[in-house]
Amino acid sequence: MTIENNVLVKLTEVGLKQRNKWLVKGVSLIVERGKIVTLIGPNGSGKSTTAKIAIGLHKNIEGNVEKFTDKIGYVPQKISIDWTLPLKVSDFMVLTDELDEEKINEALKLTGADHLKNQNLGNLSGGEFQRVLLARAVSKKPDLLVLDEPVQGVDFTGEIALYKLIKEIADKLNCGILLISHDLHTVMTATDHVICLNGHVCCSGTPKDVAMNNEYKLLFGEQASQTLSIYEHKHDHVHSNDGDIKKN
Amino acid sequence: MFDDFFIRALIAGIGVAFVTGPLGCFVVWRRLSYFGDTLAHSALLGVTMALAFEINIAISIFIISSVIAIILVKLEKNTNLPGDALLGLLAHSALAVGLVVIGFLSFIRFDIMGLLFGDILAVNVDDLIIIWGGGAIILIVLKIIWKPLFASTVNYELAEAEGLNPDRAKAIFTILMAAIIAISIKIVGLLLITGMLIIPTAMARNISDTPKKMVIFSICGGLLSVIMGLFSSLQFNTPSGPSIIAAALLLFVISLFKIKQTIQLKN
Repeated sequence: MTIENNVLVKLTEVGLKQRNKWLVKGVSLIVERGKIVTLIGPNGSGKSTTAKIAIGLHKNIEGNVEKFTDKIGYVPQKISIDWTLPLKVSDFMVLTDELDEEKINEALKLTGADHLKNQNLGNLSGGEFQRVLLARAVSKKPDLLVLDEPVQGVDFTGEIALYKLIKEIADKLNCGILLISHDLHTVMTATDHVICLNGHVCCSGTPKDVAMNNEYKLLFGEQASQTLSIYEHKHDHVHSNDGDIKKN
Repeated sequence: MFDDFFIRALIAGIGVAFVTGPLGCFVVWRRLSYFGDTLAHSALLGVTMALAFEINIAISIFIISSVIAIILVKLEKNTNLPGDALLGLLAHSALAVGLVVIGFLSFIRFDIMGLLFGDILAVNVDDLIIIWGGGAIILIVLKIIWKPLFASTVNYELAEAEGLNPDRAKAIFTILMAAIIAISIKIVGLLLITGMLIIPTAMARNISDTPKKMVIFSICGGLLSVIMGLFSSLQFNTPSGPSIIAAALLLFVISLFKIKQTIQLKN
């Protein structure tokens, strides 16, 4: 497979119908190398379905999916692991790919989960598990990362740090990211392209375009469009751990 | 040394235990114990087919069990019945049809108890070849499909999304299940094969914290059960299959003390 023009995955007018009901319809999107594409939308708007279509988890779909890579890292929204299976974090890290010790440590450290390495997967809290999931997805240096609400259950400070990390990963690995998020704040700051779903593509474009869009305002309320303006002011500095404020 | 029936039984049982250990782990992890039962029940039909058409029993069982597995997959797709109802339907239908066919084969002298519960006297050198040869093939194939099978056992979508082929691994695993039932029927008997698959594994779960350890302990548990069971079978003149399973149960009960300790340590 060749990678043309940095396009990693291209969906054209895809749709999925189950039990006579369209879960999503007419969605087109492109994920490119080094870019973050975010899907937002209310519950049941087909965000996860769209992500699953993009990585080929749904058969019998309408429309066309072109994948230009097989190196995919996936963080599913819901994951249930059967506890009849004794599984340590370090075993989980090498689930779909062989990795050496160093890479495992590196990835776990990146997401702040290195102290969990020898823990049993069943003993982790929701947030800890989420960090491990994210570490596993990035550890194999994928071309395409598909993250379905990757920071659910993570504490507030951790959440911001992880989103920042996701952006760093996109730059560092030069991979494309398809992100699903509920958190409009982060979406508006860390994303290159936003697609607002509600069964169909409600609106899409740069974070700025979407925030100004009337349909978006209808869907999320007037307040949502203000998240952008609030955030743009904060964008000129960062807070480091020791309390210093650094200019960007 | 293969002249002695007991030595033959022991070698056969050890061969079976090496294979049921790792397969049993997947049976427990994937919640397939009732599926194992269904395949085992259908084995009776396989035996009657073998007698009627004078073909090798293991091969006949393997074919019938595979056919039942395929029918199950088709029914799951095309009916609205839940999986356990379909399994029950197939298990008992296959058992009933098998017994009816035996009724028609009244001209053949037939040891039904040996079939149901295992018969160490009946193990011959051909059986040993089938058990060790077939067992080796099963283990090699399992090794090859281990990664996709294990990954999809943990999470199907992760495995599929990241380029493994879980559906193919599952289909191959089903065939391996049919194969292990075919080769182990003489030792444990068809009513107790699932016990051989899950009881040593359940014991192993109590004392292991990684999948690898669980497989190893499961094999060890199976080996111990076979050795203890066969010796007591010889000693007390009990049927071999139930004696092996009873030994496995004993090991499981002992392992419960270990898990109690771990839980106490945690608190």
